[in-house]
Amino acid sequence: MVPLSYYLVLSAILFACGVAGFLIKRNIITIFLSIELMLNGVNLSFVAFAAQLNKLEGHIFVFFVMVVAAAEAAVGLAIIIAVFRTRETLNVDRVNLLKL
Amino acid sequence: MSMHLWIIPLLPLAGAAVNGLLGKRFPRALVNAIALGFTAAPFAMALWVAAQFAGLSPDQIPHIERYATWLSAGAFSAEYGMYLDQLSVIMMLVVTGVGFLIHVYSVGYMEHEGGYYRYFAYLNIFMFFMLTLVLANNYLLMFVGWEGVGLASYLLIGFWFLKKSAADAGKKAFITNRVGDFGFLIALFLLIKHFGTLQYDSLWPLISRYPVETGAAGLLTAIGLLMLVGATGKSAQIPLYVWLPDAMEGPTPVSALIHAATMVTAGVYMVARSHLVFNRAPDAQMAVAVIGTLTAIFAASIGIVQTDIKKVLAYSTISQLGYMFMACGVLDYVGGIFHLMTHAFFKALLFLAAGSVIHGLGGEQDMRHMGGLRKYLPYTFWSMTIATFAIAGLPPFAGFFSKDRILWSAWSSGYHVLWLVGVITAGMTSFYMFRLWFLTFFGKYRGPNPETVAHGHDADAQHAGHTGAVQDAKDAHAAAGSHGHRSPHESPWVMVVPLMILALLSLVGGWAGVPHSLHGSDRFGTFLSPAFNEASATPGAAAATPAEAKPESEDNSTELAFSSISVGLAALGFLAAWWLYYKRPELPERMAKAAGGLYTLLLDKYKIDELYGAVIIQPLILLSTNVFWKGIDQGLIDRAVDGSATDAREASDAMRHMQSGNIRSYAGWVAVGAAAVIAFMVWRGVR
Amino acid sequence: MIPAVDYIRILPELVLSIFGIIVMMVDPVLPEQSPKKPLGVIAVIGVLAALAATAYQPGFYGSAFYNTVSVDTFSVFFHVVVLLIALVVILISFEYLDVQRIRSGEYYALVLFGTVGMMLMSAAVELVLIFIALEISSISTYILAGMRRRAAESAEASLKYFLLGSFATAFFLYGVALIFGATGTTNVYGIAHYFQTQQASVLAYLAVGLMFVGLGFKVASAPFHVWTPDVYEGSPAPVVALMSTGPKAAAFAVLLRVLFATGAPGWFWMVWVSAALSMTLGNIGALVQQNVKRLLAYSSIAHAGYLLVAFAAAKQVGISAAIFYAASYAAMNVGAFAVIGHFASEGEKYVTLDDYAGLGRRSPLLAATLTIFLLSLIGIPVTGGFFAKFYVFSAALQSNLVGLTIIGVINSAIAAYYYLRVIVYMYMRDERVEAPVARIPAGLGVGLAISLVATIYLGVMPGRVLDYAIQSAQDLLK
Repeated sequence: MVPLSYYLVLSAILFACGVAGFLIKRNIITIFLSIELMLNGVNLSFVAFAAQLNKLEGHIFVFFVMVVAAAEAAVGLAIIIAVFRTRETLNVDRVNLLKL
Repeated sequence: MSMHLWIIPLLPLAGAAVNGLLGKRFPRALVNAIALGFTAAPFAMALWVAAQFAGLSPDQIPHIERYATWLSAGAFSAEYGMYLDQLSVIMMLVVTGVGFLIHVYSVGYMEHEGGYYRYFAYLNIFMFFMLTLVLANNYLLMFVGWEGVGLASYLLIGFWFLKKSAADAGKKAFITNRVGDFGFLIALFLLIKHFGTLQYDSLWPLISRYPVETGAAGLLTAIGLLMLVGATGKSAQIPLYVWLPDAMEGPTPVSALIHAATMVTAGVYMVARSHLVFNRAPDAQMAVAVIGTLTAIFAASIGIVQTDIKKVLAYSTISQLGYMFMACGVLDYVGGIFHLMTHAFFKALLFLAAGSVIHGLGGEQDMRHMGGLRKYLPYTFWSMTIATFAIAGLPPFAGFFSKDRILWSAWSSGYHVLWLVGVITAGMTSFYMFRLWFLTFFGKYRGPNPETVAHGHDADAQHAGHTGAVQDAKDAHAAAGSHGHRSPHESPWVMVVPLMILALLSLVGGWAGVPHSLHGSDRFGTFLSPAFNEASATPGAAAATPAEAKPESEDNSTELAFSSISVGLAALGFLAAWWLYYKRPELPERMAKAAGGLYTLLLDKYKIDELYGAVIIQPLILLSTNVFWKGIDQGLIDRAVDGSATDAREASDAMRHMQSGNIRSYAGWVAVGAAAVIAFMVWRGVR
Repeated sequence: MIPAVDYIRILPELVLSIFGIIVMMVDPVLPEQSPKKPLGVIAVIGVLAALAATAYQPGFYGSAFYNTVSVDTFSVFFHVVVLLIALVVILISFEYLDVQRIRSGEYYALVLFGTVGMMLMSAAVELVLIFIALEISSISTYILAGMRRRAAESAEASLKYFLLGSFATAFFLYGVALIFGATGTTNVYGIAHYFQTQQASVLAYLAVGLMFVGLGFKVASAPFHVWTPDVYEGSPAPVVALMSTGPKAAAFAVLLRVLFATGAPGWFWMVWVSAALSMTLGNIGALVQQNVKRLLAYSSIAHAGYLLVAFAAAKQVGISAAIFYAASYAAMNVGAFAVIGHFASEGEKYVTLDDYAGLGRRSPLLAATLTIFLLSLIGIPVTGGFFAKFYVFSAALQSNLVGLTIIGVINSAIAAYYYLRVIVYMYMRDERVEAPVARIPAGLGVGLAISLVATIYLGVMPGRVLDYAIQSAQDLLK
């Protein structure tokens, strides 16, 4: 059986990849996907813990996270479209009217 | 028995509400009637209350009225309530009495100004907060008044807000005071923490139980010093005095009421009110004495070289407040309050008389353009004369008795150095006040010729600049012009009568406290001293602590001798001023040239403003712009985040694009913060 | 089988959700280009009904739905605060939406749904529910931030809020996952039991830290505050009124639960540093601002800092101070943004300090109202802001936090400068361009009156609210 720590390390790596992606990537959609990666990293932790502790809450939590992520995706894409309409770009570095 | 003390502060508030909300539509006469009515009534009521108070038996003093619970949170509670003892009776009478006279005077002085109703609304608000301050029965309510008078003062200093200097002066006063206020506030927190209450009547017995903190400074010393910080802000003492000279940008009656007679004495009142704390904290009390004395001589030395008539009076106010602190510092609270009272009379008079001069000259404030005015402004001249003699400390005027009492207390309680500095300051006071007197009223009139008004226009323009709202500026200019073009003239009766009443008070006000050495009965001291008895703090234990009455065995002749020293120095100051500014008026010019550096330094007020600007304000703005804004926000974070950029071109390009406002750099902030948090928590967890 | 009383315990949320759905269903029925005011009226009725439902709750304290919701003084207190915020925001939106030509009926529905989320946040004692409530409130505000669809700033604010908000939520969620792993439960009381009985592991410490990152973002405390100025500047003013107070108060409620009710370890210095940083960065950032919305955004960072000072204080006095601060901050800040929103005019043109010059003459009533809110934000007595600060700093000093108190007190002195700058502009500067001021419409008038009365009430008679705050603190810790 794979030990718990393997899952946790993988989950941390996924989360860190997400953070790094957010910081490095320019495309808004990619940044958005990086957030999904972070969430999924967390989900892995939940499932791993739930299996280890033999508790249901972890599994339930994963479902809720997935639902919320879907809702976020819907709203997020709408916002991205609104930004694209006004700015005609998906480069996050150009979305900087508000500053200082 | 309830005296319904709450009515006293609420009356001016009602006046302010009526005038402030509806005054714009009222005719002037109605605004006047409301403003005066709602200040005369509290004065009348204060007199009635004082009469009632006199009838109370000693065990009914302090008379405390409780109206409602303000807040009660756990063990701590504060209430709306009033506290009447000898100290607050005197403060109440001074505030309402002098306040009323100045309101009357304002009717004449502000006649030509725009925003008339606003002015009186602010003035009435000030009265409300000041009365709350002196009548409150707990520190929290006192603090409400304390902040409130600061706010009113801010509004009134900036009243002529079209002048940028006036708006800036208001802001400076407010912010300087905030610094002091927070010292006071922390003192209150400490009181809450250790005593669990801010109510005077429950606080005094608790504090009384503490021993005097000799040797090791402790809690009460800390509280005392923090209170002193608050007091230096409000009462314009070193180091927070910088706002008061600038505050002279406000209308002259405001300077008289707020920046001379009442508000600035709030610090003295607070120290006197907290006498139980200071009695037990010799270090704090020493600090009060030293700061007061230093301020006294420091401000007096600046006052000597000012040419603006109001600036002289401003520095003199700072200096006189220094005396009051000195008195409190040597534990002669009675003397401090006595001087507070006489100072309220003669300093209010000085300001009002100066205002009358300024009014008569159509806005001229520079003494070099005055002179010989005693012919033109006889009533003003005579009242100013009495006030000048009073502040100079010449008998039998009011200032003599109070100042002498303070100096004698300083000597007799062993502070010989403070006494020496105080006496020298007395001589300086006499000198700069008579300088003002001679420059203004004697010699030839040095102002613009009444017929050729070329210079007069400047003064007019300045006066017009004093006006309030834009829409009023035209009228006011016309009005100011109409009387500015005439030769100097006496002020209307409505201004002169308050002058005469105050002159009378400046003459006889000190007679209430004629010391025993002059075969007086010191009725003032007899009346007030119970308020500072340790015993009065704990009504139940009247006999437990012995009253710290000064032993009568003091040598009366010694006291008399010391009086003559200070009177002699005052006379010397008079003679010097007479010699320099009347007999040989060309001398000061030459002396100034000879003394050069020192004179300039004095004229520049020791460059304190510049120092503050350079040391505090400038670095803060620089810090804000360069370090936090351009440095950390734009430079550091953006660059750190951009570290992954590969080639130089892209880096510089990115630098250009990556102003703050970039989402990724913001995420960088969050990530850095998160990393710090993670590192810290892991370290905490592992440890 | 779920007992009927459980439904009473979430009655305000239920009522408000139903009204939100009604708004959504009525919206298509209304003619396309007609003003959406009727929807606003429905929303107001909904909020009032929810307030009534909340008032009904004190007889039914207890936990519901398998210990996921806990109704006590704490939750009721925050329900009332959040509902009043929503009420004022809806009232001030009537005119704002007309002026800005926002024809979206869902605006009101989103405010209601967001409010449901905030209320649930304050009542939830189960991390799953807290997470969902947090997301309900966040997603609603993400959309609301972008409500001025045609304005690029608004879309940008929405995007920034959304991306960074999700980013921070992921941290919070990671924290929840780790605390689940460490303690084996996601229930607040279960976690409290664990911390009481067992030695906390590194994992638990880490989890608390990560949850603080996520919540710190929501309350805009440094160093997680970076989004605040941009988002507040770009979002519609009434929405800023909402999101600078409602979600903030709710997030503080969650933070109180997570840090205090669970008895979580090791966070003291983290909060201490965050409080000090927030106060300092917020105030210094505000000093040079020209845009009033941005200025108040920095000020809201500083206020989050003051509030965190109460967190660092001992819990006996600190929690009630924090609760009281959240309430009075809500009152004055909603009011301030209401005035700003009214004055901004079409397209939010007039939001810089220069536009405020001479406002004291052009609209004395509006200027006086804003002045009172600003004085309250400074912390002048007889306003709620004074007591809030007084109580927080007094709590801090009672807990021997001398350093933090001094930092806070110095900051309050600095803060006076920039609030005063607005007042100076309003009363003591001449306008260069005559920015028009519309008459005050009824909705705005009522909204302003509510915040004004609340601000003054909390300054003159704070006793009752303080009692509730203390009671709430006791309920929270039990």
